[in-house]
Amino acid sequence: MSALVGTKVIELASDSTAFAGKLLADMGADVVLVEPPKGAAARSYPPFLEDEPGLERSLHWWHFHTSKRGVTLDPEKEHGRSLLAKLLADADVLLEAEKVGRLKTLGLGHGDENESLVHAAISPFGEESPRAGDPVTDLTLLAGGGPAWSCGYDDHSLPPIRGGGFQGYAMAGHYAVLSILTALLYRHASGRGQFIDVSQHAAANVTTESASYHWLVQQGTVQRQTGRHAFEFMTMPSQIRCADGRYVCTGVPPRSPKEFMSLLRWMEEAGLKDLFPETPFLEMGAQKEHIDLGLIGQDDEITAIFSSAREAMNFMASHLSAVDFFRGTQTAGLAAGVIYSPEEAYEDEHFVARGFQQELRHEDLDRTVRYPGAPYRFEKSPWALQRRAPHLGEHNDEIYGALGVSRAERKRLREEGAI
Amino acid sequence: MASKMAEATALGRYRICDFTGQLAGAGATKWLAAFGAEVIRIEDPVREGRWDILRTMPPFVDERRGVDFGGGFQNHNVEKKGITLNLRTERGKELLREIVKRSDVVSENFAAGVLEKWGFGYEALKELKPDIIYVSNCGFGHTGPYASFKTWGPIVQAVSGLTHTSGLPDLEPAGWGYSYMDHTGGMYMAIGILMALLHRERTGEGQWVDMACTEAGLTLHGPAILDWTVNGRPMRRPGMPNGNRSLGRPMAPHGIFPCDGDDEWVSISVRDDRDWQAFGSVVDAAWVRDARFATTELRLEDETELEGLVAAWTRTREKFDVQRELLAVGVPAAAVQKPRERIDDDADTEEFGLWPTARHTKMGEVRCDGLPVHFSETDWRIENGAPCLGEHTEEVLTSLLGLTSEQISRLREEGVV
Repeated sequence: MSALVGTKVIELASDSTAFAGKLLADMGADVVLVEPPKGAAARSYPPFLEDEPGLERSLHWWHFHTSKRGVTLDPEKEHGRSLLAKLLADADVLLEAEKVGRLKTLGLGHGDENESLVHAAISPFGEESPRAGDPVTDLTLLAGGGPAWSCGYDDHSLPPIRGGGFQGYAMAGHYAVLSILTALLYRHASGRGQFIDVSQHAAANVTTESASYHWLVQQGTVQRQTGRHAFEFMTMPSQIRCADGRYVCTGVPPRSPKEFMSLLRWMEEAGLKDLFPETPFLEMGAQKEHIDLGLIGQDDEITAIFSSAREAMNFMASHLSAVDFFRGTQTAGLAAGVIYSPEEAYEDEHFVARGFQQELRHEDLDRTVRYPGAPYRFEKSPWALQRRAPHLGEHNDEIYGALGVSRAERKRLREEGAI
Repeated sequence: MASKMAEATALGRYRICDFTGQLAGAGATKWLAAFGAEVIRIEDPVREGRWDILRTMPPFVDERRGVDFGGGFQNHNVEKKGITLNLRTERGKELLREIVKRSDVVSENFAAGVLEKWGFGYEALKELKPDIIYVSNCGFGHTGPYASFKTWGPIVQAVSGLTHTSGLPDLEPAGWGYSYMDHTGGMYMAIGILMALLHRERTGEGQWVDMACTEAGLTLHGPAILDWTVNGRPMRRPGMPNGNRSLGRPMAPHGIFPCDGDDEWVSISVRDDRDWQAFGSVVDAAWVRDARFATTELRLEDETELEGLVAAWTRTREKFDVQRELLAVGVPAAAVQKPRERIDDDADTEEFGLWPTARHTKMGEVRCDGLPVHFSETDWRIENGAPCLGEHTEEVLTSLLGLTSEQISRLREEGVV
């Protein structure tokens, strides 16, 4: 049984809630996605099935709304508002990213009808912010919140770069899910729900790793660098072009004597050891008892040993294909990674073997579609794609019928634009 | 039951036997600790806890160095307890078994199989406590051809497609300038722990949650993967990726543009034609009225030229002025904020209480990352700094296992703690 079976979630459709709702739904929660009668904006986002736009053809929509059921209603209309109130009266969780204050005006949310409701509100700057009304996008969140400052190239005439895949929305979405689960555990013990204020700007700010704590701890400002960690000073490149033109990330180079030995062995096996000019430093590293990373940049010998390891990794990459370099280093027990595009990763034998490719039936199209799989594996309460993303208003009859709204009433509500 | 129960915290009922380190693991249990869970870090006295390399790494509050002075470690381990146990000794293992019996969760992010080698794999843990929740987080998971491969955040990002999708066309990948997947892997690990606790509350059942950080990373590229599986279109193609352009909703201009000053930038998203009109009212130049750019569709056709015009306009302006003027007319814009600007000079993060000050036993008062949420009833709290090595050994062994000071002194002499 999935972990969240029986948990009723009402999600008011938005770019900001979509991923959080999916994470809950794929773990078995009954997520009812509430859209305006004309449909959520994201139904018009590319890419599309066979590149043809259409309400039910957005692959963006397909991905972010798996496992959810869908209804339509207009909360600005009296009957739409009362339907939403009915849905909430019976719900465990409300997940929304409406304009700050909108639900309060409508008298909806935690405490209004349902004291035990866990109400997670995602907003750009938090409920109390004077900037609550400022518009944002994934790009402006990642720029204003800090991540973009750390990402880009050594060449600072090129702009900071935003990482792809809507990560600004994902960051706050992850925190919303953590919050909801935490509040559900508290409710399990106390019977009490609560209101949760999730700030997207704050989420981006605390998802910047060392950029924040270098400032907080020693007032240092990190600088972006090509394909590696931003740091207070420029470090040696770690991303290298392999013999086949593809790139690898050499990550953290060897730092223990054992790793220096593995590196030397791998270089020897590949017949490249004698071609590398700094082999003596590697041998010094292999003979040391312990290498204190805190002394890099301060102790000349440690610095030279550490630098030669980085150089050796670069040297090996320049002689091998990216995938061979990746598998070779890892087989030697050293951490490195091939830089895959998403589809290359998706088709890699490791992920295929682990069952990451998940098939989902689209009965409406009479076809089966391969989706990304689970971010985690639960032995007893499995993750699963429960169903394809809902068509517009697909579950109006089923869900409103269960609330006691008769067929005739539903017809009238449709005509007046309430659903 | 953990000791924090009385304080009405969200997670005060739970005790975590925690082997995690670096951000990918420690970030997960930081969340739990901030909401009141009793998180007990178990560290190796022989290697002085150096498996977590952040214990000795910069930044530093002053000239002092060593395992109790790493700024990153402090940041990720606030509100946790820390004890040392030498698991090479039988007595150390025995003590760990007693702690496991009294815990709700065992969490770790070692390479696959390490805990099992020490005799604490899931089967062994389950024998000690049948409803134990065991959450493991490693780069490639515990099965599959790469199960033995090692990772760090940047390697996870490389293999899972995140590095590739952050860049400009015809250039090498820019990637993420930090371990985004350490943050995110930690979050999925925490989600796994919380989901498993909910499952246990309802069914009484514990379980093993296995996480592969690379898979978590791959799930962050859903639309791109569907474009591949449905339309056969790869992300590796000419003109791609272009991280600052909009890949979902069609928007243009949509990018990061240079401003007046050294390495100063502003991001601008013109979402639709209304935004374009508003943008035009601020820019007030002939090109914003040009019919060639009248609709989103047209602007996307000449996006490169358009970006050049926008950049020429922003280049002589101060980034916060551009942000203010565009927001005033309802167009999304944000300065690319430097750490100081978003931490010390940003009213929103300050008001939110995003940078709490923790009291660290040796480092003193240190500011750290807070959490980007607030709960109306049981909010998080960060007051205590990260534990120094073995700081709570005596406390935990006394209060949890009932050992006497004499017994603990003997354990120290024998090198067990």
